Amino acid sequence: MRSVYLDHAATTPLHPEVSSLMGEFMREIFGNPSSLHSFGREARKWMEEARQKVANLIGASAEEIVFTSGGTEADNLAILGVALSRSEKGRHIITSSIEHHAVLDTCKFLAKKGFEVTFLPVDRYGIIDPDDVRKAIRKDTILITIMHANNEIGTIEPIEEIGKIARDHGIIFHTDAVQTAGKIPVDVNTLNVDLLSLSAHKIYGPKGVGALYVRKGVRLEPILHGGGQERKYRSGTENTIGIVGFGKAAEIAARDLDQEFSRTKRLRDKLIRGIFEKIPDVRLNGHLKQRLPHNANFSFFGVEGESLILSLDLQGIAASSGSACSSRSLQPSHVLAALGLPYEWIHGSVRMTLGRTNTESDIDYVLEVLPDIVARLRSFSPLARKLQA
Amino acid sequence: MYSEKVMAHFRNPQNVGEIPDASGVGEVGNVICGDILRVYIKVRDNVLEDVKFMTFGCAAAVASGSMTTVLAKGRTIEEALQITKKTVAEALGGLPPHKRHCSNLAADALRKAIEDWKHKEARTVS
Ligand SMILES: Cc1ncc(COP(=O)(O)O)c(C=O)c1O
Ligand SMILES: [Zn+2]
Repeated sequence: MRSVYLDHAATTPLHPEVSSLMGEFMREIFGNPSSLHSFGREARKWMEEARQKVANLIGASAEEIVFTSGGTEADNLAILGVALSRSEKGRHIITSSIEHHAVLDTCKFLAKKGFEVTFLPVDRYGIIDPDDVRKAIRKDTILITIMHANNEIGTIEPIEEIGKIARDHGIIFHTDAVQTAGKIPVDVNTLNVDLLSLSAHKIYGPKGVGALYVRKGVRLEPILHGGGQERKYRSGTENTIGIVGFGKAAEIAARDLDQEFSRTKRLRDKLIRGIFEKIPDVRLNGHLKQRLPHNANFSFFGVEGESLILSLDLQGIAASSGSACSSRSLQPSHVLAALGLPYEWIHGSVRMTLGRTNTESDIDYVLEVLPDIVARLRSFSPLARKLQA
Repeated sequence: MYSEKVMAHFRNPQNVGEIPDASGVGEVGNVICGDILRVYIKVRDNVLEDVKFMTFGCAAAVASGSMTTVLAKGRTIEEALQITKKTVAEALGGLPPHKRHCSNLAADALRKAIEDWKHKEARTVS
C-alpha cells in the first residue's frame, strides 16, 4: 500500500545526512564534554560546532544557545526561569490562548503559584493583535511569551512588532519557534526576542533534544540544578549524540530553507485547491497568507476527525485532528476553539502538514482518496443530512 | 489502539442509514466529546424487525452503533432492553478506557428509541 506522511508538524524523520553523522559520532566519540582529557575535548569540539550551527539558523551567537531535552524543556526553562528570577519585580505574565501546551500549562502552573497570567485572544484567523499586547502590559509585567507560528493552524504571529513593544517597556520577550525555525526565516534580532525555543525533531533532527536561545544579558534562573553544564542554565551531562544530530539538521535546514519553502508551499496550495474543488462544505482553518508554507488545516462539516484520520490511515495517509475524540484527554483543540469555531467544525478538523517526504504524486493520491472517505462518513452522519435539507 | 473487531465494524459498519417510517427514534448527544448518535427502530409484534443508526462520531461511536444494531435486530423489545453499554463493549472485544463514553452512546440511543416507540404506542392505543 502507498504510504503518505502528512504529519510533519508532529515530527519528522531523520535526514539521511543527520543519521549518518550521528552514527559516526556515536560509534567513535563517547567522551564527556566536561572532561579535561582528550576524550572530553573531542566531544566538546563536536558539541560546540553543533552549537554554532544552531546559532546560525536563528542569527544568534553560539554563547547564546542552551541545549535542552527538547522544545518542551526550552519553553519551561524560559518561562519558569524568568518567573523565578524576576518575581521580586513583578508577577504578571502575558501569553496567548493558542500556545502549545508546553507554554500554556507552564503559565497555568505559575498562575496556581501566585502569578497572574493574561491569556490574549486571537481573531478568527488565529492572529494576535499587538495592540492587545500593549494594552495588557502592567507595571508588574515581567514576561511576554507568544509563539512564532501555531502548530495546529500554521498562523504566523506578528512577533517583530510584539517584540518591539516588549522592548520599549523593558519586558522580557520569549517566543516558541519550534514550528518556524528551518521552515521560514527566523532571526532573533529582526524578531526582537530575548528568548526563543527550538526543537530538533521538527527539522529532521533527533527527538529529545532542543535549545533555548538566551540573549546576552538576560538573566534566567535554572530549573535543573547540578553540575552546572550549559553555562549553569541547564545542569546534566549533555545529550552529545542528539546535539550533534541537531547541529547537522540545523545546518541543512538553513541551507535548504528557500527551496523547501517553495516546494512545500506549492504542494500545499495544490492540496488546498484540490480539496476545495472536490469536496463541498469544507473550510480552511487559519490565515490564508500569514501561514506556514507546509500547513493546511481543514474542517469537513458533519464528519468527525478521528473517523477521518483512521479512514485515511487505512489508505496509508498519516494526518492528525483537533477533534475531542482524537485526543487522549477528550478535549477539543483549544486553538480551534479560540478561533471561535463552532464545535461541529472543530469536531471535523484535520491537519495536514507537508515536508521533505512528500512528492506531487502524494498530493494526487490524497485528492483521489479523500473525497470518497468524506462522502462515506457523511453518508451516515445525521449532521450532514441536516445540511443537505 | 482499537481491537480488530472495532476496526472491522468501523471499516464496514452494519445497518447504517435511516428508517423513513420508523416506529421509534432515539438520539443521544455527548456533551463531553461532541459525538451524536441516532438509532431508528421498526417494531412489529413486539419484535425489532429493523434497526438502523446514523452517527457524527469517532470510530468507537461508529463501531458501537454498528454492533448495537446487530445485537438488537430481530430481538423482542424485552431482549433488546437487556443490551447494555457493557454488552456492546464486550461484543466489540473491549474499548480503550478513554473511549468508553463514546461507545456508550449507542445503547443509550437504542433505549431512547424504544421509549419513543412506547410513547407512540400508548398514544395510539388511547
Ligand atoms: C509549538 C510547539 N512547541 C513545543 C513543542 C514541544 O517540543 P518537543 O516535542 O521537542 O518537546 C511542540 C511540538 O510538539 C510544538 O509544536
Ligand atoms: Zn467519540
